[in-house]
Formats: sequence, C-alpha cells, structure tokens
Amino acid sequence: MESSKKIFINGSFLIIESLARAGAEVFIGYPITPANYLYLYSSKRLPLTFHAPDEITTLQWMSGLSASGKLPITATSFPGFALMIESINMAFMMELPMVIILAQRLGPSTGTATCGASGDLLLVRGMISGGYPVPTFSISSFQDCWDIPPKALETSVKLRTPVIILTSKEITMTNRSFDLNSLKEIKKLDRKFYESNENYIPYKPEKDFVPQFLPLSTTKHQVRFTASTHDQKGILQHSTREALENTARLQKKVLYNLKNYTYFDYQEDGYENLIITYDVSSSVSQEAVRELRNEKISVSLLVVKTILPVSEIYYEIISKYKRIFVVEENLSGQFCEILFGSETPKNVVKINSIGNMIGIDQIKEEVKKNG
Amino acid sequence: MDKQFFNSNKLPFCPGCGHHLISQNTEKALSKLQMDPKDVILVTDIGCHGIIDKFANFHTVHGLHGRSVALAAGISLGLKNKKKKVIVFIGDGGATIGMQHILEASRLDLDLTVIIHNNMLYGMTGGQASGFTPKGFITTTTPQESRTRNYNICDLALSAKASFVARVIAKPDFSDIIVSGIKNDGFSLIEVLELCPSYALKMNKNMKLSKILEDLQEEEFVKTNPNYKWDFYTNSTENLLEDIKIFEKKYNNNVNKTLCIQISGSAGEGVQTAGEAFSYAAILSGLSVNQRGSYPVTVGVGFSTSEIIFSPENESTYSVNTPDIIIITSTDGFSVNIEKLKNFKGILYLDLSLQTPQTEAKIIRYDFRKFGPKNSAIFALFYVLKDLQFFNIESLTEALEKLNLKNKVSFEKFKEDLNF
Repeated sequence: MESSKKIFINGSFLIIESLARAGAEVFIGYPITPANYLYLYSSKRLPLTFHAPDEITTLQWMSGLSASGKLPITATSFPGFALMIESINMAFMMELPMVIILAQRLGPSTGTATCGASGDLLLVRGMISGGYPVPTFSISSFQDCWDIPPKALETSVKLRTPVIILTSKEITMTNRSFDLNSLKEIKKLDRKFYESNENYIPYKPEKDFVPQFLPLSTTKHQVRFTASTHDQKGILQHSTREALENTARLQKKVLYNLKNYTYFDYQEDGYENLIITYDVSSSVSQEAVRELRNEKISVSLLVVKTILPVSEIYYEIISKYKRIFVVEENLSGQFCEILFGSETPKNVVKINSIGNMIGIDQIKEEVKKNG
Repeated sequence: MDKQFFNSNKLPFCPGCGHHLISQNTEKALSKLQMDPKDVILVTDIGCHGIIDKFANFHTVHGLHGRSVALAAGISLGLKNKKKKVIVFIGDGGATIGMQHILEASRLDLDLTVIIHNNMLYGMTGGQASGFTPKGFITTTTPQESRTRNYNICDLALSAKASFVARVIAKPDFSDIIVSGIKNDGFSLIEVLELCPSYALKMNKNMKLSKILEDLQEEEFVKTNPNYKWDFYTNSTENLLEDIKIFEKKYNNNVNKTLCIQISGSAGEGVQTAGEAFSYAAILSGLSVNQRGSYPVTVGVGFSTSEIIFSPENESTYSVNTPDIIIITSTDGFSVNIEKLKNFKGILYLDLSLQTPQTEAKIIRYDFRKFGPKNSAIFALFYVLKDLQFFNIESLTEALEKLNLKNKVSFEKFKEDLNF
C-alpha cells in the first residue's frame, strides 16, 4: 500500500476539485458566507468563472449557460438560495442541468453566517411549486466532499434537472488533515446530446422519462426551453392533457430514476437501535456509535447521502428496527418530519441542536435512555 | 435553408397593438441580415410580447417575468459565437422588474439585442402602472393619472456603457435600427414606444406618442458608446491539488488519545492562523487534525476561537464533547467563554490580565500578551506546547516557516522567554 500523503485543507477545496474533474465547466457566483471558499477555489479551478451581481442573476446566467450546453455550478447559503428559488423552478421546468451547492448556516433570516446548521432541508423539499422533488445530496464527511459532487453532476445531466448539494459551514470552512492517496480517480462525465436526424422534440421523453438534450448552439433542429406549462414541443399551453402530462413527468423522472442515484452508508449492528443522520451530524453520530459499541450497546447507523427524494430503501432499513434516532442539526427535526410526518412515532427519538454541533455524549445519552 | 422566421402571418396580438410592428420589423431585419433562423435565439418572458415565441421558427427560450435579459446574457456567454444572435423581447413591466439585468448587460457590453416593448404599463396583467409609466398617464392602478415620473431606460443603459442604444416610436419600418442593433458586437438596447389598445388608448383618449416624448423633453435617437472588450475569467490551475503542501511525518508525539485544544482571543490577533500553525505542527508530528473556527461575521472585531482536535487515529473526529485545554488570551475571548468555563474540568491557560472565572478547571496563568496582541495567540500555543509536550516544539517552529510567519512574529523573543 502506498504510504499516506497528508494534506491540510477545508471541505470546499475537495468539493470544487472533484466537480471540476467530473466536468463542471463554469461557476457563477457572488460572495456569501459560508460559501466563499467554494467561490474562491472555483475562480481558480473551473474553466470559466462569471461574477454575478446578485442571486437571481446567478441562476439566470446559469440557466442560459446550461441551455447553451455548458455545465454550470454555484454555491450559496440560505439568504441567497431563497432568492434563487423562482429561477430554480424555471430551470426545473426547462429541464436544465446544473449543480447548486447550499452551504447551510444558522438561520432564520441572515441568522449567524459563521455558525453551522442543517436547517434548510424542508425549504429544499418544498421549494418547487407543486411539491415536486429535486434530487438533493448531502455531504457528511470530507470523503463525501470528493465522492458525492461528481454523482450530483452526473444525476443532473442524466435527469436533465438542477440538483442540490447540501453541506454546511462545518464542512466548507473546517480544515482537516486528509490523506491525498485516499482520493479515488474521478472520470469526466461523458455527455451526449441528441444526434438523430429526426425532428427534435425538446420535451419528448425517453423510457426513463427524461427527454434528450440539445443545446441552443445547434443549427440542425429548432430548440425550445420553456418555463411555463408547455407541451412536448415546448409551446406554452394553458392545461392541455399533453402539457399536464409533461408537467407530471417532471416528478416521475426524478422518482423513477431514484434507484440509480441513491447513495447512503449503512452499518448494521443488531436490530435494536438505528441512528439515522446526514450532513455534519454524521461524524458525531459515527463517533457515538463507536463508543456505544465499545460499551456493548448495539447500534446501527444509516448515513443518508441522497436525501431527497426519500428512497424506499431507507424505509426498508427502518422497518427492521425497534427504535430509531434521527440526529440532525436543526431545532425541529426536519428529516424526521419528512420521514415520519408531523407526529413523531413513539419509537422515534429526535436528537437536535442549534448553534452548536450535537455532542457525542448527547447522542449516547439519548440512546441509553430510550434504547 | 428555411428563411421563414415566423410560421404564420397572423400574429397573436390585439388589433392595433405595436407588438405587431416590432415582430414584423425584427423579421425584416433578420431577412436583411440573411440570417439562418437556427442561428437566432429569441428569449422572451412574461407579457403579451412573449406569446410570439410559438410562432417563431428560430430557437426560443421563454423565461420568468423580467429575467429574460439575464437569461439571454447566460446564453450569450455560453455560446460566445458571433454568428449566433441572441435577441430579447421584453416589456416595460419586465424591464422594471429586471432593471439590474439590463444595467449589468450594459456594463459588460454583452453581445445581445434587447427590444423593449414599452407601452408604459403592464398589459397582460390588466393595465397596471410600471416604472416606465410617465407622469400624467392613466393606468388601471393610477386612475387619476400617474403622479410619479418614469425611468429613462436609454439614459440608464448609456450611462452603464451599453454600446448601442436607440429609442423609436413604433412605426411601419424601423428595421434598419434593429439591423444596426443586431450587427453591433455588444449590448444593444432598443426602446420601442407604443400604446396598448386594450388599456392605454381607452384610458388616455387622443394620446399621441410624439406628445408624450415632447412632454418628457425627449426624442427618438440612436446613440453609441465604444464597444467594450473583456476576456472571460478562466482557470489559473488545472489541479488545485498540484500546489498543495504535503506533510510528511518528521517528529514524534506523546499523544495516545484524541485531544482538543480551544484557543480564544480577539479577532485580528492571529488566532485562526495560530490554530493553523498548531495544526501543521500536529500533522508534522504524525497526528490527524480537525481545525474549526468560530468568530463573528465581522473580520477584525470581537472574539475569535480556533478549536483544534488532534488524534493518533487515522482520522480525527469532527467534534468532541468538550475541549481538554482552553487557552484565553484576551477579554473578547474571555467573555465568549464565561458560560462554558463554569463546567469546564480541563486545564485553563489564562492571560495574566484576565480575572479569575467561575470554573472547575485547573488554571495556569501567564502573560501571553507581553509581546503585543498580534503575538498573543501563537505565543500562547508555544507556551502550552512547551508545558504539555504533546509533540516536539520544533514542529511548531517548522509550521511557522511553512506558513511564512516565522519572521512576522517575535519568534526569537518567544524562544528566549520560554527557553527552548
């Protein structure tokens, strides 16, 4: 085995290098804490960087670049993300690939820019008018900073949709020693556009419910991108059957293909206790599990990386357990609510915190108390 | 080559609407330029002007209200192809909403042509006043006349350095102006004045566009600024990992379990950098490290805390229940930790200037600020390392060198004072 090559970096560094290797071509951005390192590294590494004056412009420029065949990314935090949402809806409706990195911080409002949180999941879950899910990935470790972004980019292209990468200040601004040799090779995405001589119909779906993509640079076929309700040709319609089917397909394609982009870590240890977690709470959960096992308490761990839509695999795992602990750094237990609804089932315990990382002891105590 | 730009002679606008004239003149201009329809990208948004796209044989992009100029800007940046022509149809309502996008495209002189269908009100939504509604104009939301003045979009675009700006009253043939706008290798804005037959003409009897211009002391014109050329921002490296420091283990350590040091001081006193230096030293001593910063948003005011977790394991944890050692070098650092110190049972290194807090910790005092505030954090870490011997103090000296800090701090004085 090759000896370790230690480097000392923050998570933003790995995220941008991995996205660049995977084929992200352009960063559009503006400064916002805690996403500034993502902007900084992108401006050095991505083939192109454009400095947008604001959040709406960011998403609109990204959409334009995506429609012309480029793969754009951006990074922001809640205050900026909130302003992008109408345009994310547009990109979702137009079916434009792009990656939006949401580096979470403590809210509400401007909250505390330099304090970590996992507080935006419900917003992301509900951001598309009509409740349509957008593929959303969560980074829970430095290794994920390298492994997850290329999968997000690939999903974005394969499904013709914007995707979200959720991370937080504790990853984007934290420095860690890291073994360079642990980084797996990343292959550049092989992107294919519509090639047939047959008339191109911009929103005619294939078997996987995803229409083939053709950028505006083509001179072979007419291309249309449409934000309003439209038929397969991309022509505005009030509510014809074809147009409504096309709209409903947007949900179908995200769900039908979910199995191809479901990523998680599952460590099974008995069927008594299961800790479910994501984002930076995963690391403390992992540590708590280790310590609990040392104390001969069996605990399984599910670290969710594809967080939206919720895969049925997660429910299959959950169904095996007597007790479930959902660990997440927000006040109300957002993922718990998505998994189990507004009324928390009796065998489910929420472990939450705001303004501080959840403590290892806090998790252990809850497991011991309820387990 | 299919030279038909529209697939119907019957356009979808109300009888008498100036939108007909804009579409017809655009078609005429594209014909004069002998454009291939598939080299033309028409970007529209919400408003009556936008329903034209289904009649178009060129590429169409139909976006959000007011955002078409920004969307088109992205397309223009993405295509970067002089053969392709990006044209935006937008209303005065949309231009009000998306004013920033017009100014930004002007500032950057992006290669696209924006034709503002200025009928001085929001037509599709019911004749409401826009930012382009002139004083005295009656709209459905200003039934007793508009009391406020209108934007002069041409002046705004010109002052933002758009390279081609024209104002024209809708008329049977103004295609040459559109030809010039499309030919311009930069941002072209053409404001076309018209009156909405469904709202404006009904509410403003006998209103003439020439009279409106006269009252505003404005006129039709074509003005230009020099074209502005700028290079795209491209990458300065093909690999971020290429120039990164590699740490090889050089020193031994006496650490047999995960430990955490938290140092708190004042922003601007080098706390984060000192934490980074200590982290480097730990890595040089074969340990794994996690360094987390905590500070207010302001850069040079208030507290600054750096938490360094170091471990003999392959990977250190991302957080701990509580630090083993807390170092406090200033009043700011003290204030932020008062609550935390109450139950703290580890070792507390406290600057001499600070009062004794309520704590269960073992307190060790020293004058960490004796070499000035900017030396306080790094000096304190030298002191603690000397005291607790986690690893060789030489490693911290080497870390300073790696960070180009050795000459910037009072290193020789530290050495003399601590006798290492």
